[in-house]
Amino acid sequence: MADQRAQSHQTSASPEVAALLSRTPAVIEPGHTFDSVTETISHTVLSKKTPLGWFLGFGIAFALLMILNMTIGNLLMTGIGIWGNNIPVGWAFDIINFVWWIGIGHAGTLISAILLLFRQQWRTSINRFAEAMTLFAVACAAMFPLLHTGRPWLAAYWLFPYPNTMGLWPQFRSPLIWDVFAVSTYGTVSALFWFTGLVPDMATLRDRAKSRAAQVIYGMLSLGWRGSAKHWQRYEMAYLLLAGISTPLVLSVHSVVSFDFAVSVLPGWHATIFPPYFVAGAIYSGFAMVMTLAIPLRKFYGLEGFITMRHIHNMTKVMLATGMIVAYGYANEAFFAWFSGNPYESFMMYNRMAGPYAVFYWSLIAINATMIQLFWFRSVRDNIPLLFVLSLLVNVGMWLERFIIIVTSLHRDFLPSSWDMYAPTRWDFGMFAGTIGLFLALFFLFVRFLPAIAMFEMRTLVEEETHELDRPGMV
Amino acid sequence: MAHNGPAPTIHGLMAEFDKPTALVEAAEKARLAGYRNMDAYTPIPIEELNDALGLRRTRLPILVFLGGVLGGLGGYGLQFWTQTMAYPMNVGARPYHSWPQFIPVTFETTVLGAALTAFVGMWALNKLPQPYHPVFNVPEFARASTDRFFLCIEATDPRFDASATRQFLTGLHPVGVSEVAL
Repeated sequence: MADQRAQSHQTSASPEVAALLSRTPAVIEPGHTFDSVTETISHTVLSKKTPLGWFLGFGIAFALLMILNMTIGNLLMTGIGIWGNNIPVGWAFDIINFVWWIGIGHAGTLISAILLLFRQQWRTSINRFAEAMTLFAVACAAMFPLLHTGRPWLAAYWLFPYPNTMGLWPQFRSPLIWDVFAVSTYGTVSALFWFTGLVPDMATLRDRAKSRAAQVIYGMLSLGWRGSAKHWQRYEMAYLLLAGISTPLVLSVHSVVSFDFAVSVLPGWHATIFPPYFVAGAIYSGFAMVMTLAIPLRKFYGLEGFITMRHIHNMTKVMLATGMIVAYGYANEAFFAWFSGNPYESFMMYNRMAGPYAVFYWSLIAINATMIQLFWFRSVRDNIPLLFVLSLLVNVGMWLERFIIIVTSLHRDFLPSSWDMYAPTRWDFGMFAGTIGLFLALFFLFVRFLPAIAMFEMRTLVEEETHELDRPGMV
Repeated sequence: MAHNGPAPTIHGLMAEFDKPTALVEAAEKARLAGYRNMDAYTPIPIEELNDALGLRRTRLPILVFLGGVLGGLGGYGLQFWTQTMAYPMNVGARPYHSWPQFIPVTFETTVLGAALTAFVGMWALNKLPQPYHPVFNVPEFARASTDRFFLCIEATDPRFDASATRQFLTGLHPVGVSEVAL
């Protein structure tokens, strides 16, 4: 297939370029037409048959979701004492999981917005489900701080500025309030972006649906979209503007999340490297999750022609690059702990490396700094089962990173008399497993009822590949 | 709209093409022939149609800019008012108007204002959601969202004439020409 692609460029490209192109897998399998891409993607949604594997996967996810309901029920009846966090470790699983989920979401926005601005064609077939992943991850993330308040129904006036009879307003000098604004804005903008992208595809589903119910539901969701050139013009402008707006937004969200830590004075948190280090870590873990989802998705739904080896290679390379930034962050933390000459800073680092949680520290170094070096090798980037395992490990590594940052900094701070150990309870694990269930259940529903790949953007890609309109090509 | 004679009994005439280039050429020819009230319907965005149909640039960017400015001013204003007047609180003897700490929220409300304007503004300018539109009366139009390209010259156009316009559209070598019922 790569040869055909190289041939189409032969008229203009030198032999060296042609040789390079033949080594680079295509972003879409050649030979696809408007109809074939539309049919392949919409068939999954409009088909009456649901694969047995879907029920199995959704069943497992749904069972985990029930654990979430049970945990939340117990939490609201009993209180947050059911969790393992207590002074001095007042922030534990809630913030670890919050940061972990929010970070995962970042890859979706990077793919949909930043790669759009950089005109990276390979974003096209993965942006839709990566954006869905963002939304579901933000939903999981938001649950943790909200439930950590213990009484989420009271959290409204603690968190949101609205006129109330008590005359109270939130404290805007607190990074926690910045967090509320950053995460709620992020969730809102991601949802708008996602829905905007879906509308033309809803129209396609409306027009192709056979059953009346599907026609009516997709018809309503399509808002009466008819593909008018006047509409497309504004649509493309709005899409570009939303991408432009989302780009600084996504960088700001994890920066603000890192301010929750960096603005405090605690050793291990009070570091200027935190914003870029957190943003890189977010993109790194997010791409790992996109990979974790993309590998089974393309396999079970036969989407190898759309999510090609090119995507797998590029995602691996993004993980390698951002993973190296994260590894630099670890080195930087260790260096400044020593270079500052501050005994509390040096002890924090010593405690991470040789204290009671050292095994987690060295595990995360083993994954995030050492294991990712495998991504340099093309043979690894070509090995899909291995990549699936490695991407899962990256998710584990990034979870451990947040555990280490949060728990080791808190459990032994300035005053040895207040040192203590932290251990999660089964309710902590229940809630974490439950949000994984929520995330997967939403993802299974998404794959069944909405097009997991943006059809109109794939048609545009087919158009660009066949050069029907004779535009200057983008390679 | 300057239209002489009785009110049109149809929405217009629609030509169907199987290639985007054919549609762009047809739109160009129709504009040169003097037709103005027309629209093209495509399964993908085609930039070339903006010029071919003589579309004006959209006002959306300026609206989004204003939305962002309003969001930013609103966010900063809210913080200024609540922290210095409505609910002043002394935190570590910092000034009530501690502006650097108001920047993150101001940034987020700017983004929110701009994004909401882009979303609401685009759908409002497009007059969507719209449950009914005459073009859906053409059975072939179902393929406009998959792989067919349509050019519709509307009956409100001053130069529209049922037979002459049909002849003109047929001359553009379409796959077919259909009448669009109102």
